[in-house]
Amino acid sequence: MDYQFPELPYAFNALEPHIDAMTMEIHYTKHHKTYFDKFVAAIKDTDSNGKSLEEIFTQVSKLPMAVRNHGGGLYNHSLFWESMAPNAGGEPAGQLAQAINSQYGSFGDFQAKFNDAAANRFGSGWAWLCVKADKSLCVCSSANQDNPLMDTSDCPATPILGLDVWEHAYYLKFQNRRPDYISAFWNVVNWKVIESRYEALVK
Amino acid sequence: MKKLVLFFLVLISIQFSLKAQQEPFHKFAPLPYAYDALEPYIDKMTMEIHYDKHHRAYYTNFIAAIKGTELENTPMETIFANMSSYAPAVRNTGGGYWNHEMFWNCMKPNGGGVPAGKLGDAIKSTFGSFDEFKKQFAEAGVKRFGSGWVWLTVNEAGKLIINSTANQDNPLMNTETLRGVPVLCLDVWEHAYYLKYQNKRGDYINAFWNVVNWDFVQSGYDKAIARKQ
Repeated sequence: MDYQFPELPYAFNALEPHIDAMTMEIHYTKHHKTYFDKFVAAIKDTDSNGKSLEEIFTQVSKLPMAVRNHGGGLYNHSLFWESMAPNAGGEPAGQLAQAINSQYGSFGDFQAKFNDAAANRFGSGWAWLCVKADKSLCVCSSANQDNPLMDTSDCPATPILGLDVWEHAYYLKFQNRRPDYISAFWNVVNWKVIESRYEALVK
Repeated sequence: MKKLVLFFLVLISIQFSLKAQQEPFHKFAPLPYAYDALEPYIDKMTMEIHYDKHHRAYYTNFIAAIKGTELENTPMETIFANMSSYAPAVRNTGGGYWNHEMFWNCMKPNGGGVPAGKLGDAIKSTFGSFDEFKKQFAEAGVKRFGSGWVWLTVNEAGKLIINSTANQDNPLMNTETLRGVPVLCLDVWEHAYYLKYQNKRGDYINAFWNVVNWDFVQSGYDKAIARKQ
């Protein structure tokens, strides 16, 4: 299988004013593209060349560090772009909404937990909403470009929503105010996509 | 008369204790130059946010993290030497507080050039040439994945090494494998360069050489070596 650099599913300015066009452009064409290029270069000379990223992550501890860093960067950003959309936000519906309510009490309580995970990740990393093997939900965060699919993860699960909290994701617009960026993110979350990811995992 | 003397003694002691409260053991030092002093290499807005927001937040959160403990009066070097005994908040904020203060001192307007004295000699004998040292230091900066720092360090054997650390860790911490006394540092968190250089960390590192305060680095090296002898 050839690895593909995914299309951004909307224009650079589509998430304005919550995520600015310049950040989107640099984030996608520079950061994400570099992860893609470096992942392809790093995986080329391994036995895992051609395997899916999900499969690679299950044995990432045995592969070169560059595969973990850049493969993670490739996968995480792809998931992130698809998790957002213009004119989105609001609250989830259906089975996911029920699961969030029954596990966290309310959507607001879930948001507070996710906000904490994102704000308290020290340094670079990601915050996640995941589905565990027992089909329950969990909120966690990971360092750098790690994610919960990796065999190195201390919260092994399948992510259905990810938020990039590397400074490059928000510094041009929000500088040191990471919590303001996290608040803005809720206005562009594409819950329809997150709901269908959830439903595919629990059916 | 005795009452009057007692009154003044009480007054003086109150003043002393007020002064002690005003001047904590761990101080937030002023930036040694203006925000725009390192232009065009480090831009004014970055300097202002970096010092007044990031650095200040590390300091404030560090003071909060050690409140009521013996660390309120413990030198940072001693805290770092026992880092693994303390909570992650002490490590993260204490590192952030100390690293940034050293970083400001490693730079100055009209800086740059080449190191002289014993440090100049040691760099040549360790790395072959100053250019080779710069190349290796820049590589360490570009390769640090995520947030962190690059250091020129006098290791425990008294030799110069280049190392990098994650997040706000530094070579004084007993959690590091490559330990020693740092003499030069460079912040490679994205907040240190993103407003001006965005994803081009390499360009930021190139610019850094124009503002290095080699006098400060040399004097740090001389002290570190003197402690070894």
